[in-house]
Amino acid sequence: MKTLTNFHAKYWKKITPEASEALDKHGFGRREFLKGLGALIVGYSAAGVLNKAGAQFPTATVPLNQVDSWLAVAADGSVTGFAGKCDFGQGFRTVQQQLVAEELGVQFENINMIICDTALCPDQGVSSGSQGHPTQFGNNALRQALVTAREALLQMGAAQLKVTAAELSLENGNVVVTKDPSQRMSFGQLIGGKRFSLALNQQARPKDPLTYTILGTSVPRLDVPPKVTGEFEYVQNKRVAGMVHGKVVRPPKPGAKLVKVNEGSVAALPGNVKVVIKNDFVGVVADKEWLAQNAADVLDVTWTDGDTLPNQETLYADMRKMPSRDSLIVAQSDVDTQMKAAARTFAATYVHPFQMHGSLGTSCAVADVKGAGASTTATIWCASQGVWNQRGSVALILGTTATNVRVVFMEGSGCYGLNGADTVAYDAAIMSQAVGKPVRVQYTRRDEMISADSYGPAYVIDLKAGVDAQGQMIAWDYEAWTFSKGGRPAVANPGNVISGALAGFPTAAVVPAAANPPNNYSNNSNADSSYGMGCVGNSCGGTGNIKSERVLVHTIQSPFYTGPLRSPNRLQNCFANESFIDEVAAGLKADPVAYRLRHLVDTRLRDCVTKAAEAYGWDSRPSPKAGNPKTGVVTGRGISCVLYEGNNGYCALIAEVEVDQETGKVEVTRIITSNDSGPISNPDGLSNQMEGGAMQGMSRALYEEVKWQEFGLTSVHWRAFPVYQFGNRLPYIETVLINRPDVRQMGAGETTITIVAAAIANAIFDATGARIRQVPFTPARVLAALKARA
Amino acid sequence: MASIKLTVNGTAHTVDVADPEMPLLYVLMDDLQLNGPKYGCGLSQCGACTVLLDGEPIRSCQTPVSLAAGHDVLTIEGLGTMENPHRIQQLFMDEQAVQCGYCISGPMLYGKVFIDQNPGSSQEQILEALSGLLCRCHAHTRMMRALTRYSEEVKA
Ligand code: FES
Ligand code: FES
Repeated sequence: MKTLTNFHAKYWKKITPEASEALDKHGFGRREFLKGLGALIVGYSAAGVLNKAGAQFPTATVPLNQVDSWLAVAADGSVTGFAGKCDFGQGFRTVQQQLVAEELGVQFENINMIICDTALCPDQGVSSGSQGHPTQFGNNALRQALVTAREALLQMGAAQLKVTAAELSLENGNVVVTKDPSQRMSFGQLIGGKRFSLALNQQARPKDPLTYTILGTSVPRLDVPPKVTGEFEYVQNKRVAGMVHGKVVRPPKPGAKLVKVNEGSVAALPGNVKVVIKNDFVGVVADKEWLAQNAADVLDVTWTDGDTLPNQETLYADMRKMPSRDSLIVAQSDVDTQMKAAARTFAATYVHPFQMHGSLGTSCAVADVKGAGASTTATIWCASQGVWNQRGSVALILGTTATNVRVVFMEGSGCYGLNGADTVAYDAAIMSQAVGKPVRVQYTRRDEMISADSYGPAYVIDLKAGVDAQGQMIAWDYEAWTFSKGGRPAVANPGNVISGALAGFPTAAVVPAAANPPNNYSNNSNADSSYGMGCVGNSCGGTGNIKSERVLVHTIQSPFYTGPLRSPNRLQNCFANESFIDEVAAGLKADPVAYRLRHLVDTRLRDCVTKAAEAYGWDSRPSPKAGNPKTGVVTGRGISCVLYEGNNGYCALIAEVEVDQETGKVEVTRIITSNDSGPISNPDGLSNQMEGGAMQGMSRALYEEVKWQEFGLTSVHWRAFPVYQFGNRLPYIETVLINRPDVRQMGAGETTITIVAAAIANAIFDATGARIRQVPFTPARVLAALKARA
Repeated sequence: MASIKLTVNGTAHTVDVADPEMPLLYVLMDDLQLNGPKYGCGLSQCGACTVLLDGEPIRSCQTPVSLAAGHDVLTIEGLGTMENPHRIQQLFMDEQAVQCGYCISGPMLYGKVFIDQNPGSSQEQILEALSGLLCRCHAHTRMMRALTRYSEEVKA
């Protein structure tokens, strides 16, 4: 694998202000855009584009199955790639550009990617769940479009050069006669400025990853230079002519309804303050952001009392009694008999709090809504992970059709899931419609934390295992209680997030129901441990060898909005499952690595565990570590592993900790983590994701918990919702990248974060003999666990 | 309306503000349309809004614009450009030391000032000096690598 090459700033292509204005113009249809593309790409001068810009609604959805949806070649041979998988700072824009360069045989610097613009890019749904990588390399996406185009270019070249396609090769944007390279035609000559008019060809063969020259190398990210020099335009920096600023005024407590607004309370304030009310939605708009904020701070609004919140002190006990919608992931009929027949049984309960995305920058969007009634049109600039769902759902709020809305993705602060990016776009749209001007909304820290972020839900997980006389686990019983309210907005469900609900759209309620037996095995939430066979019906999809399993989840109506938070459910489930196998291993005086390997049959997951253990220098022995004193600072190590989503990335992680047994303070000193997501597209990018995921997972395990009292949520800022910060102990991190060019691409954005908490808990046990079963591992909880140890 | 004069990244500006208590950040973001300093918390808790005021790092979200009047403000845009980056910016590029990059003004500017004043500082000392700054993508490891390299270079 190559190392980092020197960075060239020129790779970050800046579209000129005129061009971007043209692109931003309402109704700028894709066809017109493509016609203007030559000019746009060559010099980033907008002249050609501006002339084409016309009022051209509706903007249709760009189809997935057409080559022209994915790429366009300009007369000078430069290539524009269009993709519906966005980049939130993981570097996936760069990887997609590497893919275009690789499969099409064009220079990396001659490519520009346009991502997640609903008017221009193919509708690839939501960018989440580490699905970008497997999807774009799959059968119906970017790579297949590129290889279809490549074959078409070879055919065109063959016809023009009067040879067979087999005699041709591709070289830097040219079709070249292999035996006589002086005979050549550039892509620009062959197709420049014209459409391919081809459907994706499933027979077209992608390159063998073993022959990759650009993929598989650490091409530096395109977005890093503009970010570190302040030149990057985040959605927070989007400025539109005539734009004014909006701020929201939220109910003080979940479920509170609007009673009245005293608009006179802001009448005397400067800045042309306007109050916007839509059902229970309240906002203010002013010429300047600060003036809008001042008005929002003093606007006199009366609300109803709102919902009665559950008591946080007794939450985990109370959850077991709440009505729930139940689902079974595995349901072998002999779990109870096997458990009875077992030589030994183990049981433990793990609990995990609500946590929030807590993006560093508060969510922001700009909306420009024009017209009235059914002819209402809108352009929305936002950082949503689901721009197509945003398009349809914001159209419902505005009372127009999806084709009258264009959603343009712009990167915001890292989101890690469903932060406020979607709901703030609704706020901006509602206020822009009301005042007839483009409106920018950026939340306050408090708005973001307690009335925009859709939290990762709390969990209670009971685990039981039965072990035979030889120490083999023969039965595994998992039962969990968790929460749900709303979620990612779907096209028809703006009420899934708070602003849609305030605007009058329903939030789907959890309807209590008994579980049906599963009809196929899906371990998307990693509720089933890595050690189960995962047998449903006649087929088994798990990675382990425990046949007899029951995995039952109770979902309860949540008091707060919930949504996917980096490694949704998987993180909570793996904390429990990966802690529990450690408890069983310890009970049997078995080494935690050896005991895992004894129950793992999947060779790739076994490999991850073995390679991480090797890199760490794991000494095989049971936990806890013999000879550690019961006082003072002690060290220990713990391991965990996962096949993320049951099919999307293998990972193992070892954490080493120091535990101060006097104060209960835990510091992670070292993290070694291995990952196998198939062929590696960008090694340094993969490492970056693994490192960030490991650190974020450590922060969540050690510090993070959403808190509330009877009167409402209290996690209103960073002092009230502490996270890892500079100045805290920084662990040494080492990543072990396992490259497998012979299999399909998988995801890697959420592998390490999924398993950090368990590795730390296992390390605390190894160091001290105390088992911590509640996240976060605060000093008080660690002290309590130390006190309770045998 | 008060008229306030200040120098930002070497250029003199006069801005009219309705409220002299308005934090400097809003002048930089809203009036001068700079992208470097960002709103993260408005409470001096994160560092996303960091700028240098006469060479010292401050949180512009909590600094009334009136206090900046007549002073020199430097944002990360003023350090260098993509074509001609400051050495510390180049090292952040070399180490690929961001994810979303929203937090960058804090670690880069606090780090630069501390290291310039204390060349050769160790990773632990730099980490300590940056206490309280946040990066929610948790790119700390790489940022510390870039800063530690900068510290070694400044000493050399
Ligand atoms: S925005 Fe100023 S410290 Fe957070
Ligand atoms: S890189 Fe995203 S907050 Fe620091």
